[in-house]
Amino acid sequence: MLAAKYKVGEKVKVLKAYPLGHIRTPYYIRGCVGEIERVCGAFANPEELAQMRSGLPPLPLYRVRFRQKDVWPDYSGNGADVVEVEIFEHWLDRV
Amino acid sequence: MWWKSRFSSIGWIAYESLRVKDQGKYQPLSYFQLMEVTLRELLVEKGIITNEQVDAEVEEMRDRTPERGARVVAHAWVDPAFKKILLLDGTKACQELGLEIPALKLVVVENTPEVHNAIVCTLCSCYPRVLLGIPPDWYKSRNYRSRMVREPRSVLEEFGLKIPDHVTIRVHDSTADMRYLVLPMRPPGTEGWTEERLATLVNRDSMIGVALPK
Repeated sequence: MLAAKYKVGEKVKVLKAYPLGHIRTPYYIRGCVGEIERVCGAFANPEELAQMRSGLPPLPLYRVRFRQKDVWPDYSGNGADVVEVEIFEHWLDRV
Repeated sequence: MWWKSRFSSIGWIAYESLRVKDQGKYQPLSYFQLMEVTLRELLVEKGIITNEQVDAEVEEMRDRTPERGARVVAHAWVDPAFKKILLLDGTKACQELGLEIPALKLVVVENTPEVHNAIVCTLCSCYPRVLLGIPPDWYKSRNYRSRMVREPRSVLEEFGLKIPDHVTIRVHDSTADMRYLVLPMRPPGTEGWTEERLATLVNRDSMIGVALPK
């Protein structure tokens, strides 16, 4: 198991990549900047599991908090509204 | 496409059975029903599983209803120490109540006068089945899944829930190994109620975050 690279509160950017396969990083959040809400632990890589491979070693999984206004520039609700998404470490980059 | 493939016998039989209009009282199996029967019988025949195991699993599935989630919520309302553990480690807290959440981790998010939480799975239909049972159809709909992250306030209003502008909305997209449960606020005027009575207020939708306890 790999040690988690990012800490709670740290700013991260989701990779803006479009590989084929079973990807658990939703399209709408790719390229967005958010902050680590919590480190969830390490889990088998779903992209590998979908190919009938082991998905090991487990990868750190995070919950990342994004301001809705950063995700949708025309968002009309409260500026403090957020969306929180689970993202595996290999989809994140330091800002 | 399966219905065009005459080489796939199951697909062909299903096609035939869908085509026949006058089916009488006894309906032939649908494509997916037939697939389920075929797969199950093969697994039993090969000794990989037994019929008893299948029955037990179906029984277990039927036992999973939102009443389980309601029990957890009501317990958290009356027991502050339990609530603290529940918010820190939902899986562990549920174990204390004898509810096992296999493999996945439960994240419980608390509604407060300042924050309202709601759950969605934009990629498929991830749902805390152990605590809430089978997800409602709207939870799996493209409409809910795509709009809940984009315009949560409008979606909640369509559910009849108007969140005041000053309250922050946190939408949780259940994309990987976590499962989410909303801990709604305890309704005013319920001081001194027993846990059992409180649990009757906790409806399924309030634990998804699209309604308030009734």
